[in-house]
Amino acid sequence: MLARRVIPCLDVDKGRVVKGTKFLNLTDEGDPAELAERYAHEGADEIVLLDITAAHERRGTMLEVVRRTASRAFVPLTVGGGVRSVEEMRDVLRAGADKVSFNTAAVAEPPLLTACAVRFGSQAVVCAIDARRLPRADGSEQRWEVVTHGGRRATDLDAVEWATRAVALGAGELLVTSMDRDGTRSGFDTELLAAIASRVRVPVIASGGAAGPADFVTAVRDGKADAVLAASIFHRRMFSIADVKAAMAAAGLPVRHIEEQVT
Amino acid sequence: MSVAIRVAVLDYGAANMVSITKALAAVGADVVVAAEPSAMANVDAIVVPGVGAAGSAMDHLRERGLLEPIRDWIRNGLPCLGICLGFQILFASSDEGGGVETLGVLEGRTVALQDAPTLPHIGWNSVEAARPHPLFDGVVDGSYFYFVHSFAPEPADEGVVVARTTHGRTFASAVAKGSLFGLQFHPEKSSEAGLRVLSNFVGLVAARAAEAA
Repeated sequence: MLARRVIPCLDVDKGRVVKGTKFLNLTDEGDPAELAERYAHEGADEIVLLDITAAHERRGTMLEVVRRTASRAFVPLTVGGGVRSVEEMRDVLRAGADKVSFNTAAVAEPPLLTACAVRFGSQAVVCAIDARRLPRADGSEQRWEVVTHGGRRATDLDAVEWATRAVALGAGELLVTSMDRDGTRSGFDTELLAAIASRVRVPVIASGGAAGPADFVTAVRDGKADAVLAASIFHRRMFSIADVKAAMAAAGLPVRHIEEQVT
Repeated sequence: MSVAIRVAVLDYGAANMVSITKALAAVGADVVVAAEPSAMANVDAIVVPGVGAAGSAMDHLRERGLLEPIRDWIRNGLPCLGICLGFQILFASSDEGGGVETLGVLEGRTVALQDAPTLPHIGWNSVEAARPHPLFDGVVDGSYFYFVHSFAPEPADEGVVVARTTHGRTFASAVAKGSLFGLQFHPEKSSEAGLRVLSNFVGLVAARAAEAA
């Protein structure tokens, strides 16, 4: 049976891992390749590198980060942030990434998902969806809207509809972030996850709101997520990947325990 | 080993070369990237990586003049490791893309994964030993490895199967026949367990080289 994945996410700015609140007050947290290697040793099932560099000079720097990370962390590598064309995706894959994640670029130009899936296969195309709860009128179903540009810009897209459309266009995986929960440590939005996971057949990665191991369990059990992503709780060493996997295993979820693999 | 084992990773434009070359280097191999047959000279082993479709992989190998050199290499009993698509094309044919003739150094045919709950089969899945084999020395039976594929070979000779994995149906996830090895999973993306398998492969090549010397 396929293991449920635990994925640390590294925000990268100008080649360094940073942390901050809503892209502000960024502090240097170290070298991406070094951190990724450490997480791989600690049992990360995959690494996500998210390029949050605002400027245009990013490309060369980020490709070098991808190359160095793929050279040291021998687990699947997903890279997101600022990839806007088939050619750019090709360069990122050649640098050692296994998948590329599209967010704002996919909303702006949906056929990009198809073009990349045709060229590299759906397994390499991830559509990242940032979603925010809409006010609910009495008796109506909860809905979420898609937001772009790191949560700064609203769209008129319904998140569940956009998810099904992204899959139809060629996305092989969805990375679903709740903007309401992101950075709040109040748990994943399991209603949002379940609403999307019940409508698509591709894996859903839960993101936004992890406070502790119990949240990873509910994201999979109630949110029907195949994988769970978090940043700050790992970076700040509040919990280790092993802590999270122990809680998932105790709840009966299949996970890969790294210490049991090699003697 | 006193002298590093030299491994040529075949580059035919169909694989992520960074991970496999760095992973082999991490387990002590001296790695060269071989985009043409001449680069296969003076190496101890070859690795055939690959993602993508069987038909275009065969076309690319043919264009680069690598097809016959690979066949000759394997028929001469020299060490070879096929990974993912590079494993599938070791067999006689593949059903992918309406059917394509492949290398044919192992008997059998690559077929679509039927009854799979999800396709492609992508993620970490457990690999169960069919028989003890030095390729998996130090790896606990049932360990998880990383898979990305929609097709899998059906070896005609069950005797070559070293390990199996289940996703819908059960398929051969590792085979060995003499110095020829094939893995459906990606050892270069499978963390410690994957590096151990690559290290075992390099060790087997070294033992063979020492025997020949």
